[in-house]
Amino acid sequence: MMAGAKSFWLHVAVVLVLFALNFLLPEYHRGVFSRAMVLAVFAMGYNLAFGYTGLLSLGHAMFFAAGLYGAGLPIYHLEWSAWPALGTALLAGAALALAVGFLALRTAGVAFMIVTLMFAQVFYLATLYFGAYTRGEEGLVLPQAARALPLLGWNLVLTDPPTRYMIALTLLASVLAITFLLVRSPYGRSLIAIRENEERMRMLGYNVFANKLGAVVVSGVICATAGAAYGLLFGYIGSGFASIQYSILPLLWVLLGGAATTLGPIIGTLFMFYAVDLASSYTSAYMLVVGLALILLILFFPKGIVGTIRERWLPWLP
Amino acid sequence: MAFGPYLLLATLEGLVTAAVLALMALGLSLVFGVMRVVNVAHGEFYMLGAVLAWWVASFFGGHPALGFLAALVLSPIMVATIAFLAERLVLRRLNYEPEATIVATIGLLYIIQQLALTFYGPDARPVQAPFDMRIALPWFGYSGYKLAVIAASILLILVAWILLTRTRLGLIMRATQYDRETAQTFAIPIDRVHAGVFALGAGLAALAAVLIVPIQQAHYLMGHDPLLLSFIVVIIGGLGSLRGTVVAALLIGLSDGIISMFFSPTLAKMLATLLVALVLVFRPQGLFGVAAR
Repeated sequence: MMAGAKSFWLHVAVVLVLFALNFLLPEYHRGVFSRAMVLAVFAMGYNLAFGYTGLLSLGHAMFFAAGLYGAGLPIYHLEWSAWPALGTALLAGAALALAVGFLALRTAGVAFMIVTLMFAQVFYLATLYFGAYTRGEEGLVLPQAARALPLLGWNLVLTDPPTRYMIALTLLASVLAITFLLVRSPYGRSLIAIRENEERMRMLGYNVFANKLGAVVVSGVICATAGAAYGLLFGYIGSGFASIQYSILPLLWVLLGGAATTLGPIIGTLFMFYAVDLASSYTSAYMLVVGLALILLILFFPKGIVGTIRERWLPWLP
Repeated sequence: MAFGPYLLLATLEGLVTAAVLALMALGLSLVFGVMRVVNVAHGEFYMLGAVLAWWVASFFGGHPALGFLAALVLSPIMVATIAFLAERLVLRRLNYEPEATIVATIGLLYIIQQLALTFYGPDARPVQAPFDMRIALPWFGYSGYKLAVIAASILLILVAWILLTRTRLGLIMRATQYDRETAQTFAIPIDRVHAGVFALGAGLAALAAVLIVPIQQAHYLMGHDPLLLSFIVVIIGGLGSLRGTVVAALLIGLSDGIISMFFSPTLAKMLATLLVALVLVFRPQGLFGVAAR
């Protein structure tokens, strides 16, 4: 129980620090943090499948993009407001994750990676093929008027930077709470056990397939939420977000921060954002930074930042 | 024009695609079969082959065949050397663990692509074909060079087949593929076989690229589509099966050519990718492969 309380207060402290930063950070860095926090939610969703359940997917961009388009297309074409659009985004993410998980989970290991990669590629090509609605790579800019969340009598304007930061933080805190509770629950334990020894879990009478499918769906819904929030907060949806690059990035962030740690994705995303930011002030070759980071990480730090801290000093980190 | 000429043209274009694809997929398949490594950077080795071919050819004046032949020899050797170094410095240290090697080759992909963009630039540049000849077909004239590409590919695949099945080197590779531990107890230097196969695989991709570069210009993003297509070929053909790879390359190349001629190329790619994903889901050993032991 001690360890549980310690990690609970650590998570609360992280959220409080991020809350305080809204008032301390200069304008530019507040923008970077808002963006990084939404993408950290994407990474946290990915972490649930990759880190905790051991499902290395190379196609999570499709869930992010399902949320992005699920929210953005009704807003743009049907002039919906933000709340119902958020609903369609979550539905789109859940339905896609269910279908993809149902098919892809029949395979394992390398085949699972390639199958998810291919489904994501089909999704990406579909966004290009239906260019009449999505305008492909060029993308759509969401109308200013639709980017507002009416809430308890207030109207939160999503183009206002401090509001945007707070909404990104609220989303991050909620998803952090959900993952924190989930991975400590019996269900979360069973996912970790499946990662460690699938055969034994099957022998013990667990329905491995159903558990994994559940993990993919929860992961997909979280990623779709991140996608919808990204579209609403930053007002642009385009095919680029469905491309293979956006499947690789969450993998990079999670690996960097530490797979199967609740705080790892946040640290990894922020770290990478600032690494690229720093690198791009010296050189335009930011892909080189990403590539080198991936290779060096997998060679020397396969457990990531938080993973290494957990291994060396703080074994109670969830 | 009637339906016939279109179909003939689509078939010919499809055959050219299939010829190049077969070579590239053969490299991917060898690396997967022998090393159990999914090389995501394979498309970048292909791109590098094309870019280096342009670079080598640009040193030669005079007859275009001179530059092309120099590129045909030098570019695959350079790419193979780079692959060899990458294997020694990175993949070997990861003990060929499948997930780690995928992440590492993704890293390699980004590095090669960025270096190509930085040093070669965003432009597409052609290499001149070694000869310029049109062969008269019933409805239209067709580039003699494209037909030569098909012939060259057939020749190279035959050489690869003889290498794999009739020589001591091929025996060593097949032994490593079949059972790594037993091969090692028979004093086969597994470690060197891995390095060699990785270099050979990359060299094949580069060779395919040099053949295609007079038709399709060299560009730093050109590796993306062929990578996906060769994954498709290797999966449909069954991982590590040479015959399956050739048959699947023919199937995919032809259907890609014909579908893209009559429908949208995006739709063609979409359907092919979806189909392959489903093959992998329901028949993981491929259409022509045998079930894993």
